[in-house]
Amino acid sequence: MQNMTTTSTTSSTASSVISAGAATTSRSYLGLAGILVLLALAIALAFMVKGYVLFQATMLLSYAIALVGLNLLTGYNGQISLGHGAFFAIGAYTVGVLMDKASTPYWLAVPVGGIVCLAAGYAFGRPALKLQGLYLALATFALGVVTPQLLKYKHLEHWTGGVGGIVLTKPEAPFGLPLTADQWFYLFTLAVAAVLMWLARNLIDSGTGRAIRAIRDHEMAAESMGVDNRHYKSMTFGISAAFTGIGGGLSALAVQFVSPDSFTMFLSISLLVGVVVGGVGTLWGAAFGAAFIMFVPNMAEKVSKDAAWGVYGVVLILFIFVMPGGVMGLLAKVKSSLARRKDLPV
Amino acid sequence: MMMETFVQQLMAGLSTGGIYACLALALVMIYQATHHVNFAQGEMAMFSTFIAWALIQAGLPYWVAFGATVVISFGMGAVLEFAVIRPLHKAPELSVVVVFIGLLMVFHSLAGWIFGTQIKEFPSPFPKDAWFGGSMMSPHQVGTIFVAMCIVALLFTFFRFTTLGLTMRAAAQNPGSSRLLGIRVGRMLMLGWGLAGAIGAVAGMMVAPVVFLDPGMMTGVLIYAFAGALIGGIDNPVGAILGGFLVGVLENLIGTYIVGTELKLSVALVLIIVVLVVRPAGLLGRHIVQRV
Repeated sequence: MQNMTTTSTTSSTASSVISAGAATTSRSYLGLAGILVLLALAIALAFMVKGYVLFQATMLLSYAIALVGLNLLTGYNGQISLGHGAFFAIGAYTVGVLMDKASTPYWLAVPVGGIVCLAAGYAFGRPALKLQGLYLALATFALGVVTPQLLKYKHLEHWTGGVGGIVLTKPEAPFGLPLTADQWFYLFTLAVAAVLMWLARNLIDSGTGRAIRAIRDHEMAAESMGVDNRHYKSMTFGISAAFTGIGGGLSALAVQFVSPDSFTMFLSISLLVGVVVGGVGTLWGAAFGAAFIMFVPNMAEKVSKDAAWGVYGVVLILFIFVMPGGVMGLLAKVKSSLARRKDLPV
Repeated sequence: MMMETFVQQLMAGLSTGGIYACLALALVMIYQATHHVNFAQGEMAMFSTFIAWALIQAGLPYWVAFGATVVISFGMGAVLEFAVIRPLHKAPELSVVVVFIGLLMVFHSLAGWIFGTQIKEFPSPFPKDAWFGGSMMSPHQVGTIFVAMCIVALLFTFFRFTTLGLTMRAAAQNPGSSRLLGIRVGRMLMLGWGLAGAIGAVAGMMVAPVVFLDPGMMTGVLIYAFAGALIGGIDNPVGAILGGFLVGVLENLIGTYIVGTELKLSVALVLIIVVLVVRPAGLLGRHIVQRV
């Protein structure tokens, strides 16, 4: 990846060192073309499939957004979270309550859900600063356990609808566009995913992103170099929660229903599994991870109804054995071995 | 009357706390040896308990089945370390966590598949009218605490006064130097996993008469045990025991006096987190000073 920064470094080595982030012109042109092709394919999908498949594609995108969020925290900042399902739930419920009680339009409700999660994530991340590693895992786990129970809580029933949850309506295409509700919402989700992916990429490549990664690699060294660990860590928690919350809000609209039972501990675990399967500390891994956590449990059920979990578990273990670094880790390995082969004398 | 309920709940808490303490100890042992937390520990214990149940159904007397189960579980833990965990010693930490989650699912599903999902009764080795029971505590509760204490005493002796125990600790603390001294670190890890499996099995057999035997019986227990291990300090076996008992008592008292059983887990967890924010390394944990 790094050694492809060739063309624009001709002017002088010194300037290329300084502008290491921007000196990737040839790579970014190639990458941009790839992304545009992918985007075109994703848009075309809206007109090629419909019904349940389109719904699955929408869900996949919302999970992918959530996974990008968790990966920002766990993969790039090194803070483990076993409770990100909680933020997924908060995002979903914010959208649900806003649309149900305040008749907020969906395009406003989804970002508001993100902002609520940003605040919630920051508020949780601040005291959690003191906890590290396993202790943070337990704290986030508690968050994942507590949230669905709170959603069921009697005194919040007026807002959350208790165990019954909230029923939502799927938004229709605006401006009289000739699209079905399914198609429109898929494209809307795709647009949100593309924008968030762009934001995440820019965040990671910026100075802030370098600080975030420095904290992961060596907290004390980062601090001694002037990185404000407390600020960056709790801010990353907030941003991560915001991504996951937006994913949750979109999924709520796709399912047209929110209830406490959709956000059990299993969701939090699945999100972590998705991050690891896709590749820890990668952005595009989210797509693979989302596909894994969406489709593999269903396939496992088809293989054996009685032992579906067993099949899923075995697949998961074998997957890690084959790709300890996730899909993106394997791709990087293949890429580097190909590059090495090219360098060998013929 | 008030006082009597309180004491009764306290005692019940101590009894479940004994079970949490056992499992917390198993977690701490694997953590000390490998720096991983085995999320599948609870399901492994559940599976062992099913094995014990099958042996008892086959007509073996309780204590024979008990002994056989402990031995089988020891083997199971050791084989898992060798076959599943050891090949991953170079994998990133999170990947290992995910493998533990996978193991959890496999054991859970396997138990339901082999032994059926309907709830089964599991016998208690302590007769209902035993002399050590009283109005405050049932014989099983007293027995559970006694068993937990025995395990702690045995482990303490093992790790403090036997060569094998000391070797194991050395291998865990500094694998590189231990290897240079001729210690087979891999074998020690296997042994550690085996011991943890055996301890987990005992915890499972003690908890099963109370919560009944089904594939989901250990999920809640594992959470409490994990919390107990952390609140005591994940690197401290004595802390794990203390933490286990503390969590047991806390859980019971909260369930009785503050909120109903529904929110019990939530409130207990939140309380534990609050304690941890004040003392981030656990009550007895060592605060590691890092050299830069």
